[in-house]
Amino acid sequence: MSQPVRVAQLSCGPEHSGVQKEIYDAAAAVNAEMFFPDVTLNDIRESYGAFGLEARSADLRLAIARAKALVEGRVDADAVFIATCFRCAEAAIVRNELRRYIHENSDLPVVSYSFTERTTSGTLLTRMEALTTIARRRALLAREVQEGLTMGVDSGSSTTKAIVMQDNEIIGFGWVPTTNVLGSAEEVITTALEEAGVKRTDLEATGTTGYGRFLIGNKIGADLIQEELTVNSKGAVFLADRQHGEATVIDIGGMDNKAISVQDGIPGTFTMGGICAGASGRFLEMTAKRLGVDITELGPLAMKGLSAEVPMNSYCIVFGTQSLVNALAAGSSAEDVAAAACHSVAEQVFEQQLQEIDIKEPVIMVGGTSLIEGLVHEMGKLLQTKIVVPPHSQYIGSVGSALLASGFIRGDIGEGA
Amino acid sequence: MAKVFIYPATSLILSDMVERWGHSPLGAAVAVREHIQTPGLDSPPLQMTPDDPKRGLKYAAVEVPSGVRGRMSLFGPLIEEADAAIIVNDADLAFGCMGCARTNELVKYLIRKRGIPILDLVYPACDEDGVAFVAAIKAFLSDLPGGVP
Repeated sequence: MSQPVRVAQLSCGPEHSGVQKEIYDAAAAVNAEMFFPDVTLNDIRESYGAFGLEARSADLRLAIARAKALVEGRVDADAVFIATCFRCAEAAIVRNELRRYIHENSDLPVVSYSFTERTTSGTLLTRMEALTTIARRRALLAREVQEGLTMGVDSGSSTTKAIVMQDNEIIGFGWVPTTNVLGSAEEVITTALEEAGVKRTDLEATGTTGYGRFLIGNKIGADLIQEELTVNSKGAVFLADRQHGEATVIDIGGMDNKAISVQDGIPGTFTMGGICAGASGRFLEMTAKRLGVDITELGPLAMKGLSAEVPMNSYCIVFGTQSLVNALAAGSSAEDVAAAACHSVAEQVFEQQLQEIDIKEPVIMVGGTSLIEGLVHEMGKLLQTKIVVPPHSQYIGSVGSALLASGFIRGDIGEGA
Repeated sequence: MAKVFIYPATSLILSDMVERWGHSPLGAAVAVREHIQTPGLDSPPLQMTPDDPKRGLKYAAVEVPSGVRGRMSLFGPLIEEADAAIIVNDADLAFGCMGCARTNELVKYLIRKRGIPILDLVYPACDEDGVAFVAAIKAFLSDLPGGVP
């Protein structure tokens, strides 16, 4: 086994919330090691004064001192994990400013998270995996061209997708709603291989991502089993042809959302999650169902409506659905309701997640929801930019997986792969 | 002998003074010791588990951050048990530190609400204040039932 990735922890409250062990467990699962940067009392006094943020909580002052020690090179780390209590306003301010400070003043990958006592190692695993991958596998993530014959499988909460690629071109697609994880994967693999006109044994490398990545990856003997944050970043910049420079990738998924600030195709800062299903694609599925249209028709329908005509707040999916039903009962048009639903989801993602990363243009939307034209339009309005939706954007995870898996053909996989 | 809650609860100096003048200090060491000596738990470093913030619901509502409720599960029972308390405001970090400003506000409020004898002091800024600070603590502790003169 390779050397563990050393992740510096800057935090307030995980020990007293009873979740420090969960953080340790998530780190151990991806061969990482959490540590608290050593600082002296003088460091705390001086750093706190120099940083200029008047936090009253001593643990937050300590986190500030530790961040300065990392940025100034007095303590070595491979990555940084910032964690504070959910619902603490002071901690949220410090968390955001520390993330920004570290991102702007060092090359350290950083992720921030607000926890409750219900946070588990499983919740943290994908984030920790992404953090350590960025630190450990830079060589693999630098790959810009797909070579040979490879396949990527993305097992999402709503849909399962497969892509077969050959010499930097997509030659086979497979897509089904996720039911049985292995069964759905088998179906899309078969479809994609048939369309590509190749046999499974012809494949030189395979990769899996998404919630079912471990189950499917182990079953098919995948070369790469990788979380969706890094994989989707690669897939997005590859398909959007924005492999160099800055970009922001937004993936509003069926169960959670990812917002990733990317530099040369490698995630710098990212957030994953969402407070409620009201900020996910699931709410749009429910809206389509209530309006009696297919989810593919919701986007064009929304484009014909005006979101401002219907008050809707999908912070909670139950209340969001209530607004939807009330609006329809009050005589609102299906077009306006569809537009309001798209606006509400975009607004939730904007408020809850996009404030935690630095939005850099181009903004690339990917995943199945990026095909909902009304949602992309509303997100563009909120961010005041033209959103890029690359071709085959719903296959982003599979494409990223197939692309990265080709690094295994010649073995340029980076340390610890 | 009185049970004296100390604030900051992590202050070893305060804890020592309370013992020296004949009383039993109630602070972080007492609460944490109980946790780390409980067999069967494996939740380093404090052996606190997600059940602790739930116990803290007795002192703070569910919308209060879990870290505050977790800390309150440690300090709340000690405040209830205390016969007296010493509060040192604006203490230097080296003197003792509770970590979370919101917890500090709640802890101090709950102590003051108890109606027990309280010595409310400001951390000394110079030697002269320091001498008066120690003298005030000594006098307060000596006057408590069972205190050493």
